[in-house]
Amino acid sequence: MTALHQLTAREALEGLALGKFSSMELTRACIRQIDRLEPGVRAFITRTSEQALSQALAADTFRAAARQSGQPVPPLLGLPLVVKDILAMAGVRCTCGSRILEHFVPPYTATCVQRLLDAGVVVLGKSNTDEYAMGSSTENSAYGRTFNPWDMSRVPGGSSGGSAAAVAARMTPVALGTDTGGSVRQPASYCGVTGIKTTYGRVSRYGLVAYGSSLDSVGAFGRTAEDTALLFSVMAGHDPLDATSMDVPVPAIKLGDTPDLKGLRVGVPREYFISGMQPEVENGVKQAVKQLAALGASVREVHLPHTEYALPVYYLIAPAEASANLARYDGIRFGERKDADAIWEVFYRTRGAGFGPEVKRRIMLGTYALSAGYYDAYYGQAQKVRTLIKRDFETAFQSVDVIATPVAPTTAFRAGEHSNDPLAMYLEDVFTLPCNLAGVPGLAFPVGFDKAGLPVGMQLMGPHFREDVLFRTAHAYQQVTDWHQRVPELAK
Amino acid sequence: MISLSRSQSAVGIITPMKLTLAEVEHIAQLARLELTTAEKELYRQQLSAILDYAARLQALDTSGIPPTASVLPPRSVLREDLPRPGLPIEDVLRNAAQTEDRQFRVPPVLE
Repeated sequence: MTALHQLTAREALEGLALGKFSSMELTRACIRQIDRLEPGVRAFITRTSEQALSQALAADTFRAAARQSGQPVPPLLGLPLVVKDILAMAGVRCTCGSRILEHFVPPYTATCVQRLLDAGVVVLGKSNTDEYAMGSSTENSAYGRTFNPWDMSRVPGGSSGGSAAAVAARMTPVALGTDTGGSVRQPASYCGVTGIKTTYGRVSRYGLVAYGSSLDSVGAFGRTAEDTALLFSVMAGHDPLDATSMDVPVPAIKLGDTPDLKGLRVGVPREYFISGMQPEVENGVKQAVKQLAALGASVREVHLPHTEYALPVYYLIAPAEASANLARYDGIRFGERKDADAIWEVFYRTRGAGFGPEVKRRIMLGTYALSAGYYDAYYGQAQKVRTLIKRDFETAFQSVDVIATPVAPTTAFRAGEHSNDPLAMYLEDVFTLPCNLAGVPGLAFPVGFDKAGLPVGMQLMGPHFREDVLFRTAHAYQQVTDWHQRVPELAK
Repeated sequence: MISLSRSQSAVGIITPMKLTLAEVEHIAQLARLELTTAEKELYRQQLSAILDYAARLQALDTSGIPPTASVLPPRSVLREDLPRPGLPIEDVLRNAAQTEDRQFRVPPVLE
């Protein structure tokens, strides 16, 4: 039998339901894998093993009682999960990868996490992230970088790099991430796993520590599209605690056993195949599109003419929102404080000492873009161009159901490669940013490997609230390919 | 067409963005960020490069285009104004650096 920590979420839940193994055994297998690999991979900021084992025990007890009484059990009962350390869990410290929140223990739990807990999950720990989710490599964490399980000299992507690495290293079947400009999809691609960024407004942001509030979306990682759909189905839906959460019905995600994409219209935008990108990425994605066609989909070219402006638009809007959101870290109500005689000095010193370089850079950039005399030229103009980018997608989705693109121009880059050049780092997000600016859902999954043995990812984007189409498309692809089943050598 | 090279000049009408040290200090003051001398010089250079890149947006004609602040349809979100329990004060104060008499303690705001 496959080792328990190697199972997908679906396989694990089937095994639990059939009584083949207990949640205690499954959870212990995951904890053992973490014990073995964590010293190298460093996916976690905080581990919650003891709490996980008591949750697993409670799950097993509940299942046994339900079996006696014939009662139904919650859908994810006993399933291990890793949570990105930017989502609040009452009683478990939440650092956001920042020194300033080193000892912060939230008094409440994020809605998405609460829904998963109510569905029966077992939480193994909080995963590493770029500070306040600002980064594309998980190198900007005050708690050290995370390593890519496929090649330890490479980054896992970011900002949800800890969650992606944990899933790739078979430490957990599934994990939560958040995606403001690609922070689920790009690490999923770099780590060879599947990651969903949900439609803006689909999953409550209550308890997600704010970075760019008009862009932040909750997402999920798994090794299959099917597993990410399992988490999605539980998390999605209206929450009165988040005024931007939409009251839109969540369809039951039905993923068939026969891979058939007849009738599906796939659009491929020319603007996402650019000079300077890695040829293996381009070829991998084009091959995958052919595979979708072989499954019955029709493929046509679409145009997203304002794509090239997404990067400057994002790097004005997101920092502007961040500069406002991060004003709350002043050392008064929570977080580390640097004392001084005057309160203004407390603010300066607390923030100067508590934030890392990338966070300071974005606060500075955003403050500048919002400041008197520059607002119209930078922030105002960026908001107008955002409208043009959104309209590009609306037009494209009149003729296609799904848009297929690369996730990033290259496979995982080397640690330190972009450390001294923020603009080069920002360019890694060039294909993932438009999706957030338009608020549409995106899904990344592996479609091949490059010569160095690093995973190549493809991105699917769909219209607002049509995550179901993305799951269905990727699931069909994964039924006829095995890229998603490859295991990094160290995790075998 | 996008390129991974940023040397291409998308716009000819904008002169390269060069922030002065005084401007950097002004922004840091607005953001209530204490910066070292080295940080100020680093951010002066890096922000100049990023703003220079962002200047290509100026070349787009956006007259008549409304700004997007949110992708959601504009709507009011209202709820009944009913009393409900808040978080326990002890839980909320637990994360504060200094408290006194179940309140946050801060240095003097007025001299």
